[in-house]
Amino acid sequence: MLEALTEAFTILFTIQHLTYMVVGVLLGLVVGVFPGLGGIVGLSLCIPFLHGMDPVSALAMLVGLVAVIPTSDTFTSVLMGIPGSSASQATVLDGFPLAKKGEAARALGAAFSASLFGGLFGAFILTFFVLIARPVILFFTTAELFMLAVLGISMVGVLSGQNIWKGVASCGLGLVIGAIGGAPATGEWRMTFDINYLADGIPLVVVGLGVFAFPEVVDLLRKSGTIAKGATLGKGWLHGLQDMFRNRWLCLRCAGIGTLIGAIPGLGGSVVDWIAYGHVVQTSKDKSKFGTGDIRGVLAPESANNAKEGGGLIPTLLFGIPGSGSMAVFIGGLILIGLEPGPRLLTAELPTTYTIVWTLAFANVVGAGLCLFLSPVIARLTTIRYHLLAPFMLMVISFAAFQASRDLMDFIALVLIGLLGVGMKRFGWSRPALLIGFVLADQVEVYLYQAIQFHEWSFLTRPGVIVLAIITVISVFLGARNKPQAEEEVHDVTSVHAADLRPQLIFSGFVGIVFLYALYDSTKHSTLGSVFTMGVGAVMLVAAIFVIKGVWQSGGEQNTFNYDEERPGVASFKVPEKGIWYFLIWIIGLLGLTALTGFFIALNVFFVAFLRLEAKATWVRTVVLTLMADAILMFLSWLMTLDLPWGLLQHKVIDLPWPIGSI
Amino acid sequence: MGKILKGTIYGLAVAAVAGLGFPASDAKAADLKGKTISWMIPFKEGGGSGRWARFMTPLLAKHTGANIQLKFVPGGGSTKGANLYASRAKANGLEVFGTSGSTQFPFLLGDKRVKYDYGKWRPLLAYATGGVVYINPKLGVKTAADLVKKNPAMKYGSQGATSLDLVPLLAFEMLGLNVKAVFGMKGRSAGRKAFMTGETEIDYQTSSAYLSKVTPLVKEGSAIPIMSWGALDANGNLTRDPTFPNLPHFAEVYKQVKGKAPSGAWFDAWKAFFVAGFPAQKFMVVPKETPGDMVKAYQDALTKVFADPDYLAQKDKKIGKYPQVTGKAAELKFKAATSVPPAAKKWVRDWLTKKYSVKF
Repeated sequence: MLEALTEAFTILFTIQHLTYMVVGVLLGLVVGVFPGLGGIVGLSLCIPFLHGMDPVSALAMLVGLVAVIPTSDTFTSVLMGIPGSSASQATVLDGFPLAKKGEAARALGAAFSASLFGGLFGAFILTFFVLIARPVILFFTTAELFMLAVLGISMVGVLSGQNIWKGVASCGLGLVIGAIGGAPATGEWRMTFDINYLADGIPLVVVGLGVFAFPEVVDLLRKSGTIAKGATLGKGWLHGLQDMFRNRWLCLRCAGIGTLIGAIPGLGGSVVDWIAYGHVVQTSKDKSKFGTGDIRGVLAPESANNAKEGGGLIPTLLFGIPGSGSMAVFIGGLILIGLEPGPRLLTAELPTTYTIVWTLAFANVVGAGLCLFLSPVIARLTTIRYHLLAPFMLMVISFAAFQASRDLMDFIALVLIGLLGVGMKRFGWSRPALLIGFVLADQVEVYLYQAIQFHEWSFLTRPGVIVLAIITVISVFLGARNKPQAEEEVHDVTSVHAADLRPQLIFSGFVGIVFLYALYDSTKHSTLGSVFTMGVGAVMLVAAIFVIKGVWQSGGEQNTFNYDEERPGVASFKVPEKGIWYFLIWIIGLLGLTALTGFFIALNVFFVAFLRLEAKATWVRTVVLTLMADAILMFLSWLMTLDLPWGLLQHKVIDLPWPIGSI
Repeated sequence: MGKILKGTIYGLAVAAVAGLGFPASDAKAADLKGKTISWMIPFKEGGGSGRWARFMTPLLAKHTGANIQLKFVPGGGSTKGANLYASRAKANGLEVFGTSGSTQFPFLLGDKRVKYDYGKWRPLLAYATGGVVYINPKLGVKTAADLVKKNPAMKYGSQGATSLDLVPLLAFEMLGLNVKAVFGMKGRSAGRKAFMTGETEIDYQTSSAYLSKVTPLVKEGSAIPIMSWGALDANGNLTRDPTFPNLPHFAEVYKQVKGKAPSGAWFDAWKAFFVAGFPAQKFMVVPKETPGDMVKAYQDALTKVFADPDYLAQKDKKIGKYPQVTGKAAELKFKAATSVPPAAKKWVRDWLTKKYSVKF
């Protein structure tokens, strides 16, 4: 092992290797900053250049790129409330409130130093873990994977917000949305309304953006002003660095969690940040600040998500089993440079494996360093008047959503999920719980079915399953020990309770109907194809009924059931002047126009109209900003060989040149 | 860009060729130099098709002089991209499409999502692969024939009955093996992992995955190969897979244990899906009306690619050992992979419905 390490470091510290690593890091930074683009796009951009490159440089570039994506995606999560990728969703919960308080630089400083630390510690663990990886990974059969998914779901307990019934029902919404599409055991189409798009299920990016970013955009528009209160940046990034050092043991634990969960193929990286976030909430004595800007809520997911990439490399390299979409592309890249994944990477080619692991670590240092360096500048975005920023935000969100499956339906799904997100935010339903449910819906169902098929019910007596079950119970217990105060919204619950209960009842009723529909849909399918939706529908219907009953009975009293940001019974809480629908109609207008004229034309019209009418910008400014948007959009879609969504115009009327039409 | 212009020029070119009465096949090769070709792949980046296209693109660009852009349009197990191509693509020779087994299968089965028709496309290039079945040594047998004789209960991790797994599932059934399919695997690599954890006892991998990921298992004694699916000879007959000459192919095993060669609707069906999934797994196609000189340009360029030292040196390692073909040979494979006798089609649909409750 030492020999292999020495050999690895000799390769690592050659000028050539370091240069290409930095090239990869820079590319990863640029790509990662755009939400939704992430690793898959970055690697795809690299791959055409791999031909003819020597393997060492090519590898350095690929690894550099992979390493930095979960670092750079933090920018939008913290600054805009837009999850940069699935790895940074949990970062939004506390990172964005910090930015709103004017502490963006501190939050970024903490996030990047945690990323750096997580990446380095992850590599350290991997160096030893590689040697025992095979039996450990093979220990996780479908039975253990099912229990891991259950452990993930149990995090809902600490993330459910103030009202446990709403939290459970939110998770149920996620499970139902996650069940849309082909049933894993039988392939039957569930809840697809005969729409082909739904047959593949709604992409995670779309759900993440819809639930988190979309309501934030609407909210910020209504409050006008800037993201950071008073347009100040507050304490600097050095303060964030200190935060990291103060919580170094937390970061250490989360990096460990990230590496191990990342290394287990089949769970997917998208749940790692939530488990880390749940972990920090559970183990903290004072939970009152979580969700309103607790720096630990930034440190935990960020130290875990960088460590995760290293963990994810292990099954990718040893078995050729990609743990995530970007790892699948990474394998493709490896094969193009002539490196076939396989067990030999553990024996004869161990130095190569170590080179990869430690390149990842050093790329993390370089990437996080660059991000730290850039963060004071980029954090200034939060001091720009939001009405000028908003059209860009919408462009970025729509583009990211559209990138998910390159279909106009992505955009439609984004707006629909976004509306759901707006409702959840308004009435105090837990959006993290929805996301956890969504991410794990498929895994819970598939692994339970497979575990029963493979091991029958005796899978419950497997040692691994029992250990994981004990951990789950402890985790739930720890979470319940202190009545969780984690409310994702900033408002104090006593100040917001509804005088008018009708909107609440309509929303809760709608959630109930979703569960009823899931139940109805389950009657149309075979036992195996329906048991999951039936179970979820039935249990969650009860939760929804509890919520409706709670709202109904609350009357004028203040409690968590009748939380409503828009209908306060207390005069001290101010509702913004413009209603929710005012800006929703702007967004729906953009969608409608896209369906008619395609995205490019629609976006231009939207920019001009919005900047003139809402932001009251001068014509010169309007034109300059619109052209900037066009340039960004054209550059990105050119880079990715992407046709922007077409409307009726392109489909039915006329062939148009790119970017309006097709390449 | 400049698509309208391009369209017009090719429109005129087609009209000119047609007007002069050149039979399409005899046309001279068009010049692709400096042109931009868009090659649509109906999958995510990172899959087998993406790898194939990424490998071919620079070589094809070198020998056509064209600039080739890959466009990944995933969704619906490739039916989305195929529908999109069928409805949008111009027959100007500059928009090509990469199909795969997952594109062929729904078409052959008559999936209701399919709005494309292979009859309206023409193949330029055909890619082949094979597959190998292997079992857990704990079963206590070393050959397929012994396995049939002993007939232990086995499990198989599958992606779904209408996926490429149709070929193994049907083969297991016809050999009379006692195999329970457990669905929901997220790809062949997940199936392989289930085999490695001991949850399944029988599995198969395509040739290149077998060579790199299963051979080490065979060496350490935790897997035993028992048969290949076979390959097609020039006349379209089943033969042993040249990559695995020591392994009997499926029809051979069948004959050995049943005492007669396989035949009937089920075998027609098996063979059609086998061809569409393995020896004719991927095609590069253009719309049928594409001018003959364009088709010729591709065929000529591909012929040059096949002889390119770069191609020969790297092909085996990067996309597998099987030869790729163009021209007549590709057309023959295309025909075999995209047509299934009506009786066989009915048989396989009924079987899927009965055995796996697949609704059509």
